[in-house]
Amino acid sequence: MSENQHSTDVTSADQNTFADPGIPEHQHRRGDVDAAASKRAERQVVVLFAISVIGTIASLVAYFAFRPDGTTSGTRLSTLTLGLGMAFALLGIGLAAVHWAKAIMNDTEVSEERHQLSSPDDVREAAVASLKAGVDDSGIARRGMLKGAALSALALFPLTIAVPLVSSVGGDWNVSKLRHTRWEKGMRLATDPTGRPIKASDVTIGSVFHVIPDVSEKERSSGEWLSEKAKAVVLLIRLDPRDLHEADDRKGWSYDGIVAYSKICTHVGCPVALYEQQTHHLLCPCHQSTFDVADGAKVVFGPAHRPLPQLPITVDDDGYLVAQSDFHEPVGPSYWERLK
Amino acid sequence: MKALAARRHHRFAPVVLLLLALLVTGGVYALLAPSPASADSASTQDIETGKKLFQANCATCHGPNAEGSDTVPSLVGVGAAAVDFQVSTGRMPMAANGPQAIEKPAQFDAEQTSQLAAYVASLGTGPAIPTADQVDPAKGDAASGAAIFRTNCAMCHNAVGAGGALSEGKFAPALTDVDPRNIYQAMLTGPQSMPVFNDANVSPDEKRDIIAYLAEQHDGSAGGLTLGALGPVSEGLWAWVVGLGLLIGAAVWIGAKSS
Amino acid sequence: MSTTTTERAAAGTADYLDQRTGLGKAVKEFARKTFPDHWSFLLGEIALYSLIVLILSGFFLTMFFVPSMTLVTHDGPPATMDGVLMSEAFSSTLRTSFEVRGGLLMRQIHHWAALLFMASIVTHMMRVFFTGAFRKPRELNWLVGTTLLILGLAAGFTGYSLPDDVLSGNGLRITDGVIKSIPIIGSYLSYFVFGGEFPGEDIIPRLFTLHIFVVPGLILALVGVHLFMLVLHKHTQYPGGGRKDTNVVGFPLFPVYTAKAGGFFFIVFGVIALMGATMAINNVWNYGPFDPSPVSAGAQPDWYMLFLEGSLRLMPGQGTEWVIGGYTLSLNILVPAVIVPGILFTFLFVYPFVEAAVTKDKREHHVLDRPRNVPVRTALGVAFLTAFIILALAGSNDLIATHFSLSINAITWAFRILIFVGPWFAFWVTKRICLGLQRKDRELVLHGHETGRIVRFANGEYIEVHRPLDDQERWLRVNYDAHRPLEVEPATDSRGVRRKGYKQDRRMARLSRFFYEDRVEPVTPAELEAAHSHGAHDEIGAAAGREEIGSGSTH
Repeated sequence: MSENQHSTDVTSADQNTFADPGIPEHQHRRGDVDAAASKRAERQVVVLFAISVIGTIASLVAYFAFRPDGTTSGTRLSTLTLGLGMAFALLGIGLAAVHWAKAIMNDTEVSEERHQLSSPDDVREAAVASLKAGVDDSGIARRGMLKGAALSALALFPLTIAVPLVSSVGGDWNVSKLRHTRWEKGMRLATDPTGRPIKASDVTIGSVFHVIPDVSEKERSSGEWLSEKAKAVVLLIRLDPRDLHEADDRKGWSYDGIVAYSKICTHVGCPVALYEQQTHHLLCPCHQSTFDVADGAKVVFGPAHRPLPQLPITVDDDGYLVAQSDFHEPVGPSYWERLK
Repeated sequence: MKALAARRHHRFAPVVLLLLALLVTGGVYALLAPSPASADSASTQDIETGKKLFQANCATCHGPNAEGSDTVPSLVGVGAAAVDFQVSTGRMPMAANGPQAIEKPAQFDAEQTSQLAAYVASLGTGPAIPTADQVDPAKGDAASGAAIFRTNCAMCHNAVGAGGALSEGKFAPALTDVDPRNIYQAMLTGPQSMPVFNDANVSPDEKRDIIAYLAEQHDGSAGGLTLGALGPVSEGLWAWVVGLGLLIGAAVWIGAKSS
Repeated sequence: MSTTTTERAAAGTADYLDQRTGLGKAVKEFARKTFPDHWSFLLGEIALYSLIVLILSGFFLTMFFVPSMTLVTHDGPPATMDGVLMSEAFSSTLRTSFEVRGGLLMRQIHHWAALLFMASIVTHMMRVFFTGAFRKPRELNWLVGTTLLILGLAAGFTGYSLPDDVLSGNGLRITDGVIKSIPIIGSYLSYFVFGGEFPGEDIIPRLFTLHIFVVPGLILALVGVHLFMLVLHKHTQYPGGGRKDTNVVGFPLFPVYTAKAGGFFFIVFGVIALMGATMAINNVWNYGPFDPSPVSAGAQPDWYMLFLEGSLRLMPGQGTEWVIGGYTLSLNILVPAVIVPGILFTFLFVYPFVEAAVTKDKREHHVLDRPRNVPVRTALGVAFLTAFIILALAGSNDLIATHFSLSINAITWAFRILIFVGPWFAFWVTKRICLGLQRKDRELVLHGHETGRIVRFANGEYIEVHRPLDDQERWLRVNYDAHRPLEVEPATDSRGVRRKGYKQDRRMARLSRFFYEDRVEPVTPAELEAAHSHGAHDEIGAAAGREEIGSGSTH
């Protein structure tokens, strides 16, 4: 090492450092010099252990005395009494053991030498020699083909597990499903979670309806429904037509001031459910992205970037609101091939 | 009568009077408020008195004919329910401009409130004040209410109605101590930021179910102290303060030298 | 004579075991092993013990939990969930809470223990960081510990989602959104995790396997490594008289430390039981069974994930989603959810190595640093914590808004600024405080304690008497290294040839200057000598011709 490349020790010269005064003198506790104090501490420890026993018994009594009856107060009473008994049983032991250690056991500090962690040089040399002997015995250094074959076999065999796993772990791997939802032309809009179809006349100004596609009761209780619902939920809002600004290409997507927007945030997919009827803003409770329903659900605040997708709607012959088609873009958070 | 007159100056007289007044007000309220029938059949005199009250207390902002302005909503057609909600919770008349009108002690008594409601209801048809039966938690189904509440209300008011934040300083108030009648009215009329949940959206029975669900919350939590029912943030705070606080205290005790 | 019978039985068992295992050697080696005593050394024990509580209560819960997303109609309490269609996972959680005696208690104990597990890991890491316990030879154990922190996050996250309620379901939904934002493979990765589209019917059983098998298995294995290395290295100790890098001063493992540590386990368990008995946590029946449509105000993860939530909330969306060649790159998600935690964890992983490099320090360290004596490290740690806390607060901005009557938009903007200014400011203030404390230590060593005694000299001069520090007090304040910045060798050697690695050295020297440019050297005996001879009035007793006029404040 060069002179200039300082190591950072500060004062190596011995005469230039203070001397270590050594371990401070042991201070006696009251119990070390006073037999009565020692006896008192012992009694305290015994009492603490006794409290633990009482806690256990109390917990068992509570088990039989308070059978949870399914009501809020009954469950609370059972939880509270069982738990308090348990807490006393545990704290009694803990406090007793620590008090014992602190007040009664010998509290003289001892010093133990540390040993160098690294192995001495001769041990290291012996270790290297053993490894070398092993390598020589195996002959791997001389036989290149053998080395290659062994490595290939080891590297390849995990595929026997990985290939079947990966092929099935992602379902059908059909990510194009992200583009489509359950909505189709003519499908009625229904209330969530009750499933009542909605008439245009039901939607008064300032109302917000949480909407699902009008599918059969059976479909709604099927296992796949939640995955469909996760894309299909819609918010239905009626604005005063004077407040509503619509892009030219979307003029026909609303019905008499009623607009339908995807409820799934374009940020990371929370339900954007907070509608402030005076400002016409939709607010996401997860990350506060704010969308202006009167203006194409554009982002006015927060981490979302894109407007909420709009569901084109109209009414059918019976006056019920229906979808004109599916959404014209994928709903929910952005992903790499979203626009492809 | 003489005896009464003699005690007029007794030092408890004001208290007795106040109690009497409260009793009468309560009686009048019981007779008038809960029934939409009484609102419908409000006497012309009530409407007249209500109009006078309106002119004196509300017209400054809402206009002499309750027609509103650019920044103040018109009250034509809002119905008795809206007036009863706003006035009986003290939100109206507003004390000061802020992000939203806040709940405060009511300025008008029950009779005056019903007169105001009668006047505004006479201006145009709107939702009536719900009957006692419509808002009786005992008649609702808490499980159905929980489901409706989750979808329609919890995003603003929190899962158990502990309240939550809206944008720009507005907020959805806690529903814990709100009168069931006011809860019903709020759904029906959509005060301020809150959207309207008309009967086609959330049916009267479902509204009562929601009231039943909220009443269920008065029992507190089966788990013990609710800690504000604010969810993981408050739970985390308590874990640090109470849990780690106690344990570090214990650690300091263990590490300290015994005397 | 029962005593002798017991003794004989014990001796017999010991002999039997020793003949078959050589147990005697281990007992001789470990029974009286020395452990230093300090409350802050117990923070890691809290983590260990809450892990044991987690395993015990977790075992209880697995007896009743059904990790299935099959829909069933729940029949039973609570009233608000009776007759509701829900997954078996949610239904069995309700059944555990309301129908299994002690079930709700165990759920609450499990959840509180999880929150405390993470909290104690964080405080334990703070102790290790600020005292420099991660230095050689413990760098590897620091890496193991940091990995345990991440595994703790994983255990918490997977467990939090298991009941399949609306709150945790929205957490999974956010996770899905974050996964989808990953370039190129995002949507496939989402399918990988959920077995198809979100939420699918696989995620709960998958999380269950991770939560009760994979993650705890890894945690236990690494805790084993962590403790093995602890025994191997022997514990660090705080500086003080007689404490050297070559020894360890404390109490023997058996019996003192066994009693203290064993007792502490029961205290930790007892406190958690107390919390589980009295404080409600994660009442999933309030949130309801998962359904992608509802969400509740106050939608937040458990506290240890709040920093990610806050990071997502702070990132503005304008101009941060780019479309490149038709492909979407969502920086508004990638930056807060992938890059920010990436930076935080990278800092934790590399810090010990960076500090060793800029210090050129290859010695073993077993005596801890007082935080003030390494100002830049302490300041970096505080800056890191400040960033973490600001992000966690940003993740709670809606609750701050309602509880302090503020605008959520204003709060978000304030945090957007604070996340840049706050850590920097915290760094600067902490470093100044550390240097100030070091100067105060110097002052104290050189001039002693103020006693409040004022004396007048014969010539009329007034001075205050200072009492010199005793040996222990002084040793604590002078026994540290004030490292100096590295210096760089010249760019060319003596023959004018450009040296390899010069630029690297210069970069390292610059970093070293950042660490050690401002420093306060410890007092040397020579300086103390000089101070004494200069201010001879310190040794008041010996001098004559002075008169004490009373005591009181010097000011």
